[in-house]
Amino acid sequence: MIYFKKVSKIYPHDSVALKDVSFEIEPHEFVSLVGRSGAGKSTILKLLIAEERPTSGSIFFENQDIGFLAFHQISKLRRRIGVVFQDFKLLPSKNVYENVAFVLEVMGAESKQIKEDVPQVLKLVGLEKKLYNFPSELSGGEKQRAALARALVHRPEVLVADEPTGNLDYVHTWDIVNLLIKINSLGTNVVLATHDKEIVNKLKRRVITLEEGRLISDEKKGKYLI
Amino acid sequence: MFINLSRIIKSGWLNFRRNIWLSTATISVFFLALFVVAALFVLSFATTHIARTLEDKVDISVYFAEDTPEYNILDVQSRLLDFKEVKSVEYVSRVDALETFKERHRDNPLIQASLEELDENPLLASLNIKAYEASTYEVIAQFLERAPAGSLVEKIDYRENKELIERLFTITGNIKRAGVIVGIILSFIAMLVAFNTVRLAIYNERDSIAIMRLVGAGNWFIRGPFVVQGMLVGFAAAVLSMLVLAALAFAFSERVDAFIPGLNLLGYLKTNALLIMGVEVGLGVLFGGLSSLVAIRNYLKV
Ligand SMILES: Nc1ncnc2c1ncn2[C@@H]1O[C@H](COP(=O)(O)OP(=O)(O)OP(=O)(O)O)[C@@H](O)[C@H]1O
Ligand SMILES: [Mg+2]
Repeated sequence: MIYFKKVSKIYPHDSVALKDVSFEIEPHEFVSLVGRSGAGKSTILKLLIAEERPTSGSIFFENQDIGFLAFHQISKLRRRIGVVFQDFKLLPSKNVYENVAFVLEVMGAESKQIKEDVPQVLKLVGLEKKLYNFPSELSGGEKQRAALARALVHRPEVLVADEPTGNLDYVHTWDIVNLLIKINSLGTNVVLATHDKEIVNKLKRRVITLEEGRLISDEKKGKYLI
Repeated sequence: MFINLSRIIKSGWLNFRRNIWLSTATISVFFLALFVVAALFVLSFATTHIARTLEDKVDISVYFAEDTPEYNILDVQSRLLDFKEVKSVEYVSRVDALETFKERHRDNPLIQASLEELDENPLLASLNIKAYEASTYEVIAQFLERAPAGSLVEKIDYRENKELIERLFTITGNIKRAGVIVGIILSFIAMLVAFNTVRLAIYNERDSIAIMRLVGAGNWFIRGPFVVQGMLVGFAAAVLSMLVLAALAFAFSERVDAFIPGLNLLGYLKTNALLIMGVEVGLGVLFGGLSSLVAIRNYLKV
């Protein structure tokens, strides 16, 4: 479903984020991306939604070459992928409900469907009491859960989560991880970037380990190596 | 498609309302810009009025020798009317001239008395000629000095006032031209300032615009609400400037009238209300929308 072929990414000022990274993600897989800070996890996610273009190599989503998408095709690609950004990226001038609804509006969903789905998904992440709060009125963990709700609401084919538990306590962390597992079991690809050793070890799913931009291991039932 | 449009409009309205302080600031700048345009309307009306009143006062009179038969004078009149540069030719017979003279000096017993003593009308018949443009007076004067009219003419007062008339027309011409130039420059500056406030407002939203792109919003879905917002700002500012203009007109109309006689400000605004309103609202909405459209271009590249 997703193919990285010898992908390198060099940011301006010769900052090498990825070097010759190749892997393939099958439909329905749950993949954890691990590695130290600065290893290149977020860069992989940015390449996947065409926020950045690879310096060399190619990336395919099904049979589409993501590196060479036309402008309007990029929007279409992004609607098929739900993303929990490391820095949340909630719209500050919209409340929680509107932030989540926005994704459905973008896709042209019926108003009736929006009114049903949005409260439902917000309940799922435990934000049913914060519907009309603005992002600036939320705690770090609440923002993270709002971002997760937004990534889920349109039932994307791929869910990409960049440190979705970074600001959460133990109980909430496992709520979220269990939610990801459930979503995956319903058929959605999940790509989880994390530092959390405990999560990775308990998941017993595929683990891709990065170190300084290189892929150093890729195991079917992996453990946190570093 | 329809559902998108209604969402775009709704979202634009919501942004407008939520950022009411920003909207107010932008409206104020737009208001000033549109008010400048409205003021230019009034100014151009006033200068045209002043110029026309001055020009209207200018004419030349030809006086005919005492024994000129009336049909000769009427013949000259009809020849003059054949010139397309000539606006009007008024014939004043000797009798008429005397009547007017008497009427004008009704309160002066000395003149009345001396007129009584004369047994013959001392005044000459004349033609009062008005032209559309000052430059043609020279041609008219030359025509009158030539035969066949020349032999009948006693005196043309244009020769005495020539310099004054020409200077007057230069001045009125300059007033009109200066009005247009100042108008264009001021409108240009006003629009530039207004556009810049929109640019700043959108610059403020650049992060949000990038986020919308990242969650898959198409360009029109992002641009649309900003364009709607810009149009709302333009509309509100246009209405405001109309209201202020009307209020000022009501408050100062009489004083203006006293200052420049015959300048009916209120009347002008009333007869041209639809035109001014159309221009103001049209300009405001168009410029507001267009400013957003242009200003957002740079931020849609993520
Ligand atoms: N826009 C950028 N310009 C220049 N260098 C960048 C840019 N974004 C990332 N980098 C660099 O690329 C490398 C990889 O960054 P990336 O964000 O992918 O790391 P990460 O694995 O997500 O780290 P973390 O766990 O801290 O989020 C880092 O060295 C970083 O400094
Ligand atoms: Mg990261």
